[in-house]
Parts: sequence; C-alpha cells; structure tokens
Amino acid sequence: MGFSWSEIERSFWGRAIIWLAFAAGLGIAPLLFRSGIAMTILSQAGYVIIICLSYNILFGQGGMLSFGHAVYTGFGALIAMHAMRMAGDSGGWSVPLPLIPLVGGLAGGFMAVLFGYVTTKKSGITFAMITLGLGELVAAMSLMFPGFFGGEAGVKADRVYGEPLFGFDFGPQIQVYYLIAIYCVVCTALMYAFTCTPLGRLLNATRDNPERVEFIGYSTQRVRYLAFIVSGFFAGIGGGLAAINFEIINAGDSLSIAQSGSFLLFTFLGGASFFVGPIIGGIMLVLASVLLSDLTSAWLLYIGLFFVLMVMYVPGGVASLIATNVAVVHSGKASRLIVPYIGLIVASVAALCGLSLLIEMTYHTQFETAKGPVMRFLGATIDTHQSAIWIAAVLYTALVGAFLRFACLRFMSGWEKIQEEMDAAQAIEVRP
Amino acid sequence: MTHALEIKALRKDFGKTSIIRGIDLAVRRGERVAIIGPNGAGKSTLFNLVSGRITPTSGEVFLNDSRIDGLRPYDIYRRGLARSFQITNVFANLSAFENLRCGTLWSLGYGYSFWRFLSDMRDANERAEVILEQIGLSRKRDVAASSLTYAEQRALEIGLTIAGGQDVILLDEPTAGMSRTETERFVELIRKVTEGKTLLTVEHDMSVVFGLADRIAVIVYGEVIAFDTPEAVRADARVQEAYLGSPLAMTSAGH
Amino acid sequence: MNTAFIVISLMNGISYGLLLFMLSAGLTLIFSMMGVLNFAHASFYMLGAYFAYSLMGVIGFWPALIIAPLAVGLIGALFERYSLRRVHRFGHVAELLITFGLSYLVLEVVQLLWGRAAVPYALPPALQGTLFTLYDIQFPKSRSFIMLVAVLMLVAVWLLLTRTRIGLIIQAALKNPEMVEALGHNVPRVFMFVFGGGAALAALAGAIAGNTYVTEPSMAAAVGSIIFVVVVVGGMGSLSGAFVASLLIGIVQTFAVALDISVATVLQPLGISVSPQIFGYALLSLTISQMAPILPYLFLVLILIFRPNGLLGTERG
Repeated sequence: MGFSWSEIERSFWGRAIIWLAFAAGLGIAPLLFRSGIAMTILSQAGYVIIICLSYNILFGQGGMLSFGHAVYTGFGALIAMHAMRMAGDSGGWSVPLPLIPLVGGLAGGFMAVLFGYVTTKKSGITFAMITLGLGELVAAMSLMFPGFFGGEAGVKADRVYGEPLFGFDFGPQIQVYYLIAIYCVVCTALMYAFTCTPLGRLLNATRDNPERVEFIGYSTQRVRYLAFIVSGFFAGIGGGLAAINFEIINAGDSLSIAQSGSFLLFTFLGGASFFVGPIIGGIMLVLASVLLSDLTSAWLLYIGLFFVLMVMYVPGGVASLIATNVAVVHSGKASRLIVPYIGLIVASVAALCGLSLLIEMTYHTQFETAKGPVMRFLGATIDTHQSAIWIAAVLYTALVGAFLRFACLRFMSGWEKIQEEMDAAQAIEVRP
Repeated sequence: MTHALEIKALRKDFGKTSIIRGIDLAVRRGERVAIIGPNGAGKSTLFNLVSGRITPTSGEVFLNDSRIDGLRPYDIYRRGLARSFQITNVFANLSAFENLRCGTLWSLGYGYSFWRFLSDMRDANERAEVILEQIGLSRKRDVAASSLTYAEQRALEIGLTIAGGQDVILLDEPTAGMSRTETERFVELIRKVTEGKTLLTVEHDMSVVFGLADRIAVIVYGEVIAFDTPEAVRADARVQEAYLGSPLAMTSAGH
Repeated sequence: MNTAFIVISLMNGISYGLLLFMLSAGLTLIFSMMGVLNFAHASFYMLGAYFAYSLMGVIGFWPALIIAPLAVGLIGALFERYSLRRVHRFGHVAELLITFGLSYLVLEVVQLLWGRAAVPYALPPALQGTLFTLYDIQFPKSRSFIMLVAVLMLVAVWLLLTRTRIGLIIQAALKNPEMVEALGHNVPRVFMFVFGGGAALAALAGAIAGNTYVTEPSMAAAVGSIIFVVVVVGGMGSLSGAFVASLLIGIVQTFAVALDISVATVLQPLGISVSPQIFGYALLSLTISQMAPILPYLFLVLILIFRPNGLLGTERG
C-alpha cells in the first residue's frame, strides 16, 4: 500500500510531525491573516475547538448525545469572569490571567460532578432528554439570580490587571490569541491522550455495547460519569478562554439550549467518529457565525438545511467525507468519479443559487421592507415587487433541483460501485 | 472450599410464570459441566441469573463460597466469573485486539485510570496478543469486530470472555449457528482456552456435550432432572423420557 | 387563599395539563412504537398554530381548526417517509438528530414566512369572554374549549386504538413490529401513519393553544422541553404515565405562577426579617412564582434520583 494516513498516525515520528504542524499552524496563522476579522475568527476558533472536542468526548467517543453542554462552558466562563473581577478589585485574592482558564475548567468540572451524577444514570435517548431538562433548568435559573448571572447586562471584567507577566499584560488581542492558541494545543493534546487511556477505550466500549462492558468488570455508569467530568473540565476551560476573549458574558445566551445545540450541530458536521472532526466542526462554527452571518441574515436556515442533508447523506460528517475520498484516491479509482463529481458540484451550486435566491427574496420582503423592494443578489439587482422574477426563480429552482437529483443518482451509483470494489479488495488482502 | 459455584433453591418468576423453579447445582473446581435441555427449559435464564444479568426471585448463588446473587454483573465478574453470550455481544467498532485488551484491563488492576497510556501497559498488550493467537485471530488483529465473519466473531466472543482470566467461565451456546467442521475446531479451542478453569456451557449440539463435559445437567421446565456423568445421564430413564420425548434422538446424536 | 382561587387555578392547571398531554401523547406513541424521540414534535405544534392563523383569514376559524392539523399531519407523514425512514438504518441517534435538524428548520422557516414577532391570532367570537365567574375570578371560555377538545381527542384516540383494525395493528406493532411485518402488514406505512397522526395531534393542540396563549416563534421551544420532561417523568413510553405527569406539571406550574410566597415572607410573621445583607438573600427572597419556570426541571431531577424509571415506567431491558 505504501503511503497511508493510518501508518503515519501510528508511527511516533508521524504523530510528532502532525502535532508540531498543528502548533506551528496556530503559531503563524496571525502572521498570514492580519485583518481584524481574521484575529476575531482565529481567537474564537481556538477555544471553540476545545469546546467541540470536549463535546465529542461525550457524543462521538461515548455515544452520549448531550443537549446541555453550554451549562459547562457557560459556568466555566461565568466563574472565570468572576475570578477576573475579583482579581481586578485590589485586595481580593488574585489569580494570574494565564491561569484563569483553569479556574473555568474547575468550574465546568465541578458542575459536571454535580449534574453528571444525575444525567449519567441513564444512557441513550433518556440521557439526551435529561441533559436537555438540566440545560433548561440552568438557563431558567440564570434569570432568577441576576446577582451572580449578571442579568440582561451580563457580567463584565477587565482582563488587564496585576503586574504584567514577562512583559505581557494581555491587553492587545494578539497576546490573548497566543494564550488561547497555547491552551488549544495543550488541551487538544490532552484530549487526544485521553483517547489512548483505559478510561478512554472503555468509553468507546460503553458506546458500542454498554451491556457487555458490565460483564468485563466495569460499571458503565461510572465510565460515563468520569468521562462526563473530564468533558466538563475541558468545556470549562473553553468557556474561561471565551471570558478572557470577550471580557463580557451574557449568561442568558451562554447557557442557552441554542448554544448547546450549536455545539452538537457543528461537532456532528465536523465528524464525530474522527478525533479531528470536532476541530473541523469548531472552525466551521466560527466561520459560520462570523462570516456567514455577515453575508446573509438567513444563515441559520442554511446551516439547518446543510445539517439535515448531512444527517441524511453523510452521517460521518466532513471528516468522513475527507477520509473516504482520500481512500478512493489511494485506490486509484478516483478518475472514474471526476465527471460525476463535476456534475454534482455544478448541479449543487446551481440549485443552491436558485434556493438562496428564493430565500433571500422572501427574507427581503419579510424583514427589509424599509429598504424598498430592490435587493442585491450575487451582484445582480432584483426588484422583489415583480411577480415575474418570483415565477422565474421558482421555475429555475425546480429545474435545477431535478438536474441535481439526476446528478446525485449518477454520482451515488458510481460511488457505491467503487466502495464495493474497495471492500472486496480489502477482504482479499486480509485473507492468507 | 470444594465447590467453585453453588446454586441453592434458585427461583425466577416473571409475573405469574416460573421460569426457574428451584434449581440446586454444585459445580466442583476445575470441572466441565454442560447444561442441556429442550428450548425454553430455562438454560439461558439460569446463566443470566448466575451472572447477574437478571436478579433471582429467591434462592442463593455462591461463587467460591461467597454469595453473589443480586450483585451487579461487574461485581460478579470481579469475584471471578465471566460469561459469553448466545448472540454475539462484542464491541462492534473496536478492533479484535482492542476488544481483547478491554477484557484484560480490570483483572490487571488498571481500573478506570485515565493517566496512563494503554500502549505502555505491557501485560495487557501481551495478554491480548496471546489470546488473539489462541483464538486464531492474529491476522485480523486490527479489523473492526463488526467486519469479522460470524465464526470469527464467535471466537472473539470466547476470547473476550476469557481475557480477564476469571476461573469460572459460563459459555452460552458457543457453537450456535456453526457448521460441523467449524464446531469441531471450536470445541478444541474451548478445551484449550479453558484449561484448568471451571466451565459451564449451555449446548444444543450433543457431540459437543458428550465430547467436552465431565458432568451433564439436564434442565426441563426450570428444574434439574439429572446431574451426572455423560454415561449415567445417557442411561437415565427420566432424561430419555423427558428430553425430546424420544430416547432415539439422544443415542443417535451421541454417536 | 380562597376557594375560588383554588378552583380556578385547578381548572387552569387541568386545561394546561391536558394541552401538555395532547402533545406528550403523540410523542410517547411515536417513541414507544418507533424508538424515535421526535425533537420536532413541538415544532408541529407551532406549525399548527401558524397554519390555523393563516387559514382562519381565508376559510374561517372552525374549518381552519380541521384543515390545519391535517396539513401538518401530511407534512409529518412526508417527513417520515422521505427523511426519517432514510436515516433509520443509522440508528436512534441519527433519527433524533434529523428531527433536531427539522426543529431548527421549522423555526427558521416560520420566522421567514410569518416574521419574528407574535402574530395576531385571535379567538373566534364564540370562544371570547368568560364561561363563568367564581366570586370575582373569571374562567375564560377558551380554556374550557382546550379541555373539551383534549378530552374529545383522548376519547377518539382511545377508540381508534382499541376499536379499529388499524388501531389493533398499531398496538401490535408497538409490542412486536417484526411479527406484525411477518403477518403481512406494511409496518413502515403504519409508522408513517402514526408519525403523521402524532404531528396532526400536536398541530391541533397548537391550533387551539395559539389563540388562547400567544402564537410566536418561541412557542415551540417554550413547550418543547416541558413535554420531554413529561415523557421522562411519566416513564418513557408509558401513555398513562404521560397523562399523570402532564396534569401534575400543568397544575403545579399554574399554582406556582400565582403564589408570591418566598422563604422570606414565610419567616416574616415569625419575627425573623430577612434583609439583603443576609447570606443567601437572593435565594431566600425568591418567590414561588419566580421559581415556576424551573419547577418542571427540578421535578425531573427529583424523579430521576428517587424513581429512575419514571412515575409509571417499567424497567426496560
């Protein structure tokens, strides 16, 4: 076979190179992308990656579908914020800023110790419902205690306090970015290491077959509970970093079910069955919430559509999409897919244009009436008061939709054939 | 301490129906016992009761003279009893090797640790490799359990059961669904890997039963009607009468 | 606290509880039959309200009350047929995820078509006003209408499940889908029917709740989590458990909202005054009405600790 990713991953030097490249990439990223918005994206991506990875300890590695992960990130952020505020008030005990994320981590871990005891009693669908209930409980409580949760105004703190450490006072965004980047690399490494420990492996076993785990000497409840605490700890670190990054936290938003939902959504989109999946997902989350939301106010609708299509057609997420395509390229059969791929991409883009034109036109008439009937779409000027344009848009979308379906079917038949051939080849290879 | 496993007046009722109606069974250390009986006699239920999958209605179970009835499965396992399942019950997305290594972890004292790497646990890795070799899956070391053939999965099921080195082993129809040649190979495998252990096995295949067992327990309608050496059981009139209602079936299957 | 207050609160609580049961009944049926936790169930409820609102302007309230649930039921059935069934082979988590995605989409589409603010979905003249007044507290007709519809629906579903052929097949498919399939019944189609029926019931609840309460994009989220609590508290898959839990939560929450009592006010007559300087003042001065939103979830936690299988749930597996 020669070159293969799995071999690289397994060898010591291969792993070292991957980790160094990851660290180096984070290190030089701000030098490559110098704009203010790039700094925003990079800083957010750093801790969102930690959060999505921590979520995946539950979801991908443990088969625990949580709808309440924001509780742990949110508490991490809140406690970190209060710690920063206390440090700012002279006289109180003061944690140096670089250690604030750990305060967040301990807070997240503590909440996980508390709530995990109840949630991890159950698994599967019931677990999902309980995390949802507890998420709602905490979200509702945040409105009841404005003193601690900050109420509508949120909790504010200044991240510049005390003596500068080695000349860094963490005022400039770039210093904050590097703090986040260091945490990102260390936490990612630790969470990867977790997957190589007995608890990490038993967590996978509990996901696959909880009953059998009980018959090899382990309490699945204990396995889930411990993993839940580990996950809560890292989630809290992510929250603490977010607190440092924003210097303000609105508990109503940070603890909301919608927030938890977005961690679930993007971890899934990135690919829950691969370690790198949540990293991809985290980056997608930040790009979507910063760039896509700027591009269109209907961004949540597009994300929702994308999510539903992915669940239906690519349940392994983007990471699995990459992995299977890499495998196809290695098998040397990729050339057969070039034409179907082009067809699929052209059809998808055409269909997306039609659909988004309809969505944007509806959005415009619904929410932007003050701006008049004329809107801009992909450089063109469109008068939403003309019914001809609506009819044309609907007809066009229906037409390219049919074309897309055809292209899909064609692609799928080619794809499945190649997968079958590859399976057969693998079976022969293993046989003596 | 003469008995590895002792069952006293064990009962299990589901609602108004009794599935196990007072079973007494004492298995000596190092003995191989086969449990036979018609479908629905309660053989699998007996295993589920002993291994803690379900709790008995009444009665007592002793493992090495300590009482285990009503305990959770992992507690019973920790006291030295491991079991396999009739329907293959392994970790589908883990490789054959990872399956076996998981099976060794508790016995080697690694517990729930998350501060040590699996790759550094030489004893666990070696034991997993040895079992992999024993059950003939060395070639499939890194193949996911779900991608193994049926016979390979059955072998892995046995491997996972013995991985922890427990000295009382319960095998629930280990050869179910296998061809004759596969079954013969498999009986050899079972004999080899359970060397020196106390073995209880539920079996339908009479050639396996008479080839493997030191003693045979016959269960009919939730009661043990005979528990003796193969020859004595074969000659037992009550067994001949109860088992399938036909003495012919047994003798022909036995030869 | 007087008798009138108790009676009226009880009636309000029962009416809200019955509404919750209209939702949780469909959710429970779908869950116990297909193993699918339908995250989008409350979205169908919301769609029912919006559809009824839009249809009311065209065909009037009463026809809309029938057409809207049917339309939503059709959407539910189509979703089951073309989306849910596809991901069935990926397992229950994928099924839950696809309904989660649907709830996301429905929310966005509703905002897209009807806007982000509440819509003026008004009560028809026949349901406006009060049914009766006890001392000086009024009981509105609309609440009693919810009770009436819920009870009618209950009876209808019960008759359907116990007295009709399709009902018997559904009941059998609940327990033993493979066997029913083997007997020559089209189980996937039964599933589609049940899913669509559950969606229609939710939509009916939405159509009658939308004008009693408020029809707005957040209405699905507001009730969605509560009905999950109902299903867990009642015992997963237990219809009677869901009924008890619905009424319990409906009544408890209605009473709680009306009670302005806190630990501090209870301590006052005893001569202990709680001032803002005291540690835990925020907790001690919290009134029960302020706590109302979290009561169902507290209830959930308590049930899980003391009765892990729910009120009327049985051990599964």
